[in-house]
Amino acid sequence: MIDRAQVLHVAKLARLALSEEEVARMSRELSAVLGHIEKISELDLDGVPPTSHVVEVTDALRPDEPRPSLPREVALAAAPEPLEQGFGVPSPGAA
Amino acid sequence: MSELIELTAAQAIERVAAGDLAAAELFEAYRARAAADAHDLNAFTWVADDPATPDAGAPLAGVPLAVKDLFCTEGVPSQSGSKILEGYRPPYTATSVAKLTGAGATLLGKTNQDEFAMGSSNENSAFGPVKNPWDRARVPGGSSGGSAAAVAAGLAPWALGTDTGGSIRQPAALCGIVGLKPTYGAVSRYGMIAFASSLDQAGPFTRDVTDAALLLRHMVGRDARDATSLDYPGEIELPRGVDLRGLRLGVPEELTADGIESGVRDAFTATLALAEQLGASVEPCSLPHAPHALSAYYLIAPAEASANLARFDGVRYGLRVAAEDLTGMYTATRAAGFGAEVKRRIMLGTYALSSGYYDAYYGRAQQVRTKVAEDFRAAFERFDLLVTPTAPSVAFRLGEKVDDPLAMYLNDVCTVPMSLAGIPAISIPNGLSGGLPTGLQLCGPAFSENRLLAAAYVLEQALGFDGSPARRAVGAGEAA
Repeated sequence: MIDRAQVLHVAKLARLALSEEEVARMSRELSAVLGHIEKISELDLDGVPPTSHVVEVTDALRPDEPRPSLPREVALAAAPEPLEQGFGVPSPGAA
Repeated sequence: MSELIELTAAQAIERVAAGDLAAAELFEAYRARAAADAHDLNAFTWVADDPATPDAGAPLAGVPLAVKDLFCTEGVPSQSGSKILEGYRPPYTATSVAKLTGAGATLLGKTNQDEFAMGSSNENSAFGPVKNPWDRARVPGGSSGGSAAAVAAGLAPWALGTDTGGSIRQPAALCGIVGLKPTYGAVSRYGMIAFASSLDQAGPFTRDVTDAALLLRHMVGRDARDATSLDYPGEIELPRGVDLRGLRLGVPEELTADGIESGVRDAFTATLALAEQLGASVEPCSLPHAPHALSAYYLIAPAEASANLARFDGVRYGLRVAAEDLTGMYTATRAAGFGAEVKRRIMLGTYALSSGYYDAYYGRAQQVRTKVAEDFRAAFERFDLLVTPTAPSVAFRLGEKVDDPLAMYLNDVCTVPMSLAGIPAISIPNGLSGGLPTGLQLCGPAFSENRLLAAAYVLEQALGFDGSPARRAVGAGEAA
């Protein structure tokens, strides 16, 4: 059901590198899980509104007041490559 | 074994407050057991050296608290069971932890868990599986397996866990302790490393129902840092009561008919009879969409997870694997940092959200969620609480289900519907089957925690479960 091409497409969307062995296993395992999940396609859900949040919350707004945020050196403390007071990354276009 | 370990948290608080017990002595008794891994369980990923000094007269009186790894704790490793966060020490503390330490609890350690809370056996941790203190060849359940095992084995008096689809209730059941998942929004999620934001809730693991009420009392309430958190109506009360007179209990046919192991079913049926003797009325009821809840859950939770876990990209914290270009760095870092189950769920969630499949999977799952919640609302017009087994089986063997994701997911069949509906549920020990604990789950309408705790307390007193075998000393050197 989920073939190799689909696995590779989804892995690309998810920014995951998969080994050949993982691609084969993912295809098999996702197909089995989705085979079970497919049962919800049998339900008549016409006109049923979707639920994205279960508890009524309206206008969860806070006052728009400036307040201190994390100091820069604290925010950068766990960074793999702190660079010129920012987060260093490889070039987006190097390859 | 120290007799201090036999005290419940509420009893320890009384003794400390009365001046009969020094908080430092209590802390050291637990710290030594946790640090030595006295039962060879691998329940902790980090153990404190010294207790913080609580304010004199604080309501939780310096009683030590174990905390699931995924709660951010300032300056203390908070890794969510993942290699991608190995050694990460956050610059801030989760609100629920801060509230408890503010009330006098002292941080004892961080507990092992399934990676990013994805799992029902605690075998998906980058730091190795946790073992069940009743039988170390078996799993403690998951994803909060370390918290459950630590409390059951007397390595901690109580612990914090999180529940997304059963991750507090199922391990509590498999380890023979009490676990409570509060109403969605009752406890702040700020500082919890997110799995599925519309489902995640923090809650207590304790040895008895009174301790669960006591810990929860100091956790609930609105937090300006979590816009989905709510003011709790009233206060969490310490349960009392001697019978269940007037209580209407419903038994959902869809969650109690098929797939429940015979020993679990027998214990469940016996407790329903006990509830009737205690004055409750017990009648069957129906949750027609409950059989589809698991399918909806395994679309919604992975979909939310795939978005939440996008932040682990090797840029701001955690693991980075070097590569020539940016995309190569992202994909190599995530390939090396995530374990098999996390990759599987990211793939499943990304697929369910992808163009062409969104309506058929994620959209339909959200509609099923509406129907599941409506079923509960209808049932609570006739019943005060519903009751089911917590898990369909006792603790299974390590390795038994790791190669069969679907079989693993079926562990959550009785716990997932309440998560989708956002309602509170508690698991209490319901006797043994073949020497292993079984769990009883009670659930009620949103914000019915006091009703749940009151009924659970009466049943607990009548059942008289003895959890002490799991705490009895098996020295680290005596491991079988």
